[in-house]
Amino acid sequence: MARRAAACISVSVRPSKLISLLAALVLSSAAAWADAPRRVVSLNLCTDQLAMLLAAPGQLKSVSYISRDKRASAMTAEAAHFPINHGGAEEIYLLNPDLVLAGTYSSRATVNMLRRLGIPVHIMAPALTLDAIPERISEIGRVLGRDATAAKIRAQFESDLAELRKIDGPRPRAAIYNANGWTPGENSLPGQILKTAGFTNVATQAGFAYGGEMPLELLIMAQPDLIVSAPAYDGHSRAEDILDHPALRALTGTATGESVADNTWICGTPHVLDAVRRLAKARRALLAKAD
Amino acid sequence: MRLFLILFALVAALFALSLTIGPARTGPLDSLAALFVGGDGPLPMVMREIRLPRALLAALVGGGLGMAGAALQGYLRNPLAEPGLIGVSGSAALGAVLALQAGLTATASLGLPLAALLGAVIGVFLVIGLAGARGGSLTLILAGIAISALASALTSLVLNLSPNPFAANDIVFWMMGSLADRSMTHFWLALPFVAVGGILLASTARGLDALTLGEDAAETLGLSLTRLRLLVVLGTAAIVGGATAVAGAIGFVGLVVPHILRPFVGAQPSRLLWASALGGAALLLIADISVRVILPDRDLKLGVVTALIGAPLFLHLIFKTRRELP
Repeated sequence: MARRAAACISVSVRPSKLISLLAALVLSSAAAWADAPRRVVSLNLCTDQLAMLLAAPGQLKSVSYISRDKRASAMTAEAAHFPINHGGAEEIYLLNPDLVLAGTYSSRATVNMLRRLGIPVHIMAPALTLDAIPERISEIGRVLGRDATAAKIRAQFESDLAELRKIDGPRPRAAIYNANGWTPGENSLPGQILKTAGFTNVATQAGFAYGGEMPLELLIMAQPDLIVSAPAYDGHSRAEDILDHPALRALTGTATGESVADNTWICGTPHVLDAVRRLAKARRALLAKAD
Repeated sequence: MRLFLILFALVAALFALSLTIGPARTGPLDSLAALFVGGDGPLPMVMREIRLPRALLAALVGGGLGMAGAALQGYLRNPLAEPGLIGVSGSAALGAVLALQAGLTATASLGLPLAALLGAVIGVFLVIGLAGARGGSLTLILAGIAISALASALTSLVLNLSPNPFAANDIVFWMMGSLADRSMTHFWLALPFVAVGGILLASTARGLDALTLGEDAAETLGLSLTRLRLLVVLGTAAIVGGATAVAGAIGFVGLVVPHILRPFVGAQPSRLLWASALGGAALLLIADISVRVILPDRDLKLGVVTALIGAPLFLHLIFKTRRELP
């Protein structure tokens, strides 16, 4: 009933209005902008970075404090231009947002509270593969009403990725080994990056499909060709002591100490390609040495 | 003598068993052969750099803590005295954490055990000062609780203030202790401290025996109580400092072991010292083997196992001591 009524109304509008309506539909980005959110607040490191890439000037009002931490964020310079938040419901509400971007692992309590207060919250799932990244770019582009920008960044990412995937030759065995012996497996973003750079992941062979704490013994027994670790943080932690273990440093015939900072692969953003490039370079060096 | 042989054989057997347990499933004989003979491949590396230091540290730390417990109990003439319970281990952990977070020391330099030693010395002096050398059970335990609580709160505070995002998770390590992924570097770091502490405590053997007659009688036998006190304090602090710096605070070893072995040595403190050293080594080897057998994939902390064994015994001892309280 309602739909038929609407159709009647649209037929009854004057031709000049109809033309402008059509024009608006053609300029789809402009139409999207008309009802796009104007005050966006992001709570999650990954939505922070995608929003900073995609948002129109003035559209993004605040990003999370982590996006200014150069260990975790690949876009600290950009993040310096935005006010930061710490993800508390009260703090976010006072920013008066008309859209909040959160991650799957953002605090449930905060997200539910914001929704009860009538603020729309968009929750983005983390990208676990390189192919999920273009989808996330489009997703955030859509909710921000920035489809055109998203399409451009997406196309660039996809062509760069296709270029990097043109790899042949042997696949050296590598492990990503971090604090507490944490090793990402095949089904994780770092694992996918390692694979794309032309390596076989030792963790997958050892049975860590998604990743886990791989005992140092197993890593030594696996004798990988390359061990990739993140640089140690300031201060001290016993969790990172393992990366200094004499047995790890003494692995014969293994190139250790290749470091890829966490910030390039925590989030599925176009910056992951930097990590792929860096590892691909390490692979070429490794193969050249073997020749 | 027979007791010593039995304990020594037990420690040797547990030491060998500890060497054959690990996530890399290798045959026990192959593993031991790789340890002694070496050979090709990664197995000798695993045996010499990962499993050997773990077994050595378990024996060293356990032995030291057992002996320190026996000495403290002998000196304070109180079966409830134990480095972990009276806050000495906690103070040592605080010293170690402060040194590590302040950047005074890299992980494997002498500054780390020295800082832990300093923490332990302050802890022992505070507890003995608060409780008095005559060691009334109630004041001793209360002073210990206060020192432990303060040390663990400060340790948590320091670790939470650290710029390192992993540091806060280390709280569990410093409170419960673990030997996972320690290296020979850690063993060589702890060894001189535990050894010196052991020698200091060994030199108190006759004094502790004399003390069983009461302080006045001991002094008429020519015993200097001040000197004895200094030896016990420094010996305990050296052992606990060295052990805690590399393995975290492991409680109850010094409580359980002397209690079990006391009847076998005729309640003679001098013999109990050595028996407790061997018994402590055996107990910590057992604990470290069980954490790896029960939860091979997780780093279950040693303190969990020692507390599960020790806490019921502690309750039993409190119940027993309660009758002596006014």
